Amino acid sequence: MRIGIVCPYSWDVPGGVQFHIRDLAAYFIRLGHEVSVLAPADDDTPLPPYVVSAGRAVPVPYNGSVARLNFGFLSAARVRRWLHDGAFDVVHIHEPTSPSLGLLTCWAAQGPIVATFHTSNPRSRAMIAAYAILQAALEKISARIAVSEYARRTLVEHLGGDAVVIPNGVDVDFFADAEPNPAWQGGTIGFIGRIDEPRKGLPVLMRALPTILAARPGARLLVAGRGDEEAAVAGLPAGLRSRVEFLGMVTDEDKARLLRSVDLYVAPNTGGESFGIILVEAMSAGAPVLASDLDAFAQVLDQGAAGELFANEDADALAEAAVRLLGDPERRAGLRERGALHVRRFDWSTVGADILSVYETVTAGTTAVATDERTGLRARLGLARD
Amino acid sequence: MTSTLIWIVLALLAVGVYLSWTAGRLDRLHTRMDAARAALDAQLLRRASVAQELATSGVLDPAASIVLYEAAHAARQSEEEHREVAESELSQALRAVFEDTRQVEGVRVAPGGEEAARELAEAVRRVPMARRFLNDAVGAARRLREHRKVRWFRLAGHAPFPLAFEMDDEPPAALVERAA
Repeated sequence: MRIGIVCPYSWDVPGGVQFHIRDLAAYFIRLGHEVSVLAPADDDTPLPPYVVSAGRAVPVPYNGSVARLNFGFLSAARVRRWLHDGAFDVVHIHEPTSPSLGLLTCWAAQGPIVATFHTSNPRSRAMIAAYAILQAALEKISARIAVSEYARRTLVEHLGGDAVVIPNGVDVDFFADAEPNPAWQGGTIGFIGRIDEPRKGLPVLMRALPTILAARPGARLLVAGRGDEEAAVAGLPAGLRSRVEFLGMVTDEDKARLLRSVDLYVAPNTGGESFGIILVEAMSAGAPVLASDLDAFAQVLDQGAAGELFANEDADALAEAAVRLLGDPERRAGLRERGALHVRRFDWSTVGADILSVYETVTAGTTAVATDERTGLRARLGLARD
Repeated sequence: MTSTLIWIVLALLAVGVYLSWTAGRLDRLHTRMDAARAALDAQLLRRASVAQELATSGVLDPAASIVLYEAAHAARQSEEEHREVAESELSQALRAVFEDTRQVEGVRVAPGGEEAARELAEAVRRVPMARRFLNDAVGAARRLREHRKVRWFRLAGHAPFPLAFEMDDEPPAALVERAA
């Protein structure tokens, strides 16, 4: 099958959607399908052979932060050329509502289009204003995928229609087979995420830390992710600062090793999550998980059966649960075992097969993707008359 | 005077272009709906054929075979207006027969059973997918057709009003777990 995948965010900036697309493409290529990914990228960035650059993304303020997006005449032309050259059986657009390549592709293509909705942002003002335009483009999508039941609900509420739920994929064995690092073992708590992004919840964890360290004097916190380390520990009593170790940005291998090593993985995110891939990765690596009770997290953790949940933004509840878990090896072993079973449904072998099922369902009995040649006005008027 | 006339002509032209664009949109939605309906039809037929094959293969016990055969046969032969009911009954029969993981295991160890179980698992997963995609298209087409501009200018032509396909498509848990 010839598959075209559209990535809305810069290929050279690491992010959840980009990793998802990279792994999805790798999975399809392994199965012998032809894959081409259209993604924004600087012209001098080295790209894998299956990625086609759609030109440089422009930083614009959008949706509360600065997003790097592609739009305008040049991008539209590149999208059209990619569609024309690719002659795809199916085009898979990620995040079709962001005003970037996804939306441009929706405009320019016709035929079987599959779209994955990653975020579950509340409807923004701009989206309400652009609703009519958006609706006309989104109507072309033959199959919608939401990454979680929560994302599906928001999608249905805001845009109408329906979607199938297929979770994000994780290479479970990559994490399960990683070698633990002895330096990161022994009463360690792990946190992975941007330090200076409050929604990732590090401040909540920092507020809970004094209580945890008082009850478990041997415990340490390992933090992986970029951001201002000084500012992150500023609220902590000076004596405790040495118990927080910053690892900076880590490679995929080190991330897996870190998750294999820690006694407890804490995800204190306060919002803005539609899935929670990091929880699946932690469970794959056999780390017991303690997470805030966001809708998306509760779903990934099987409503608390595969990992513990605490009341969102409640540092005391976090501290209480962390102390209890660190002092209860049996409970942690139970969570490990439960988690290892639970993550199988997020493995690429399952997720990839499901996505392929979607492709096969929408391509059955239709023609391949083509550029949408606008019908001439006269033909249209002829159509309108009868 | 002339300028008023020019403005009126321009306004009429704009309205015409807008209506023609809407007609194109509607036309595309109808095409998408037809494709989705064909896809659902294919998946339902596939599911019924695999079920019927399993029922006549002798792998299942006689009682289960008869239940499954009856349901699969009825689903394949049903008239358009009874199809939703017949297909729902096939879903129920499949759930009743494959409620137990041991039954699925029993099919898998039989010669050629691995293949049959995989095909059935695939079919029961794809039916709900295809149905969602169809109903999504139907919903979009309906929303547009109920709009004033489409009704007043009869942009939908003689195309029948789109109907959703409602049925019980819950797959048997034991079968889907195996696939997962």
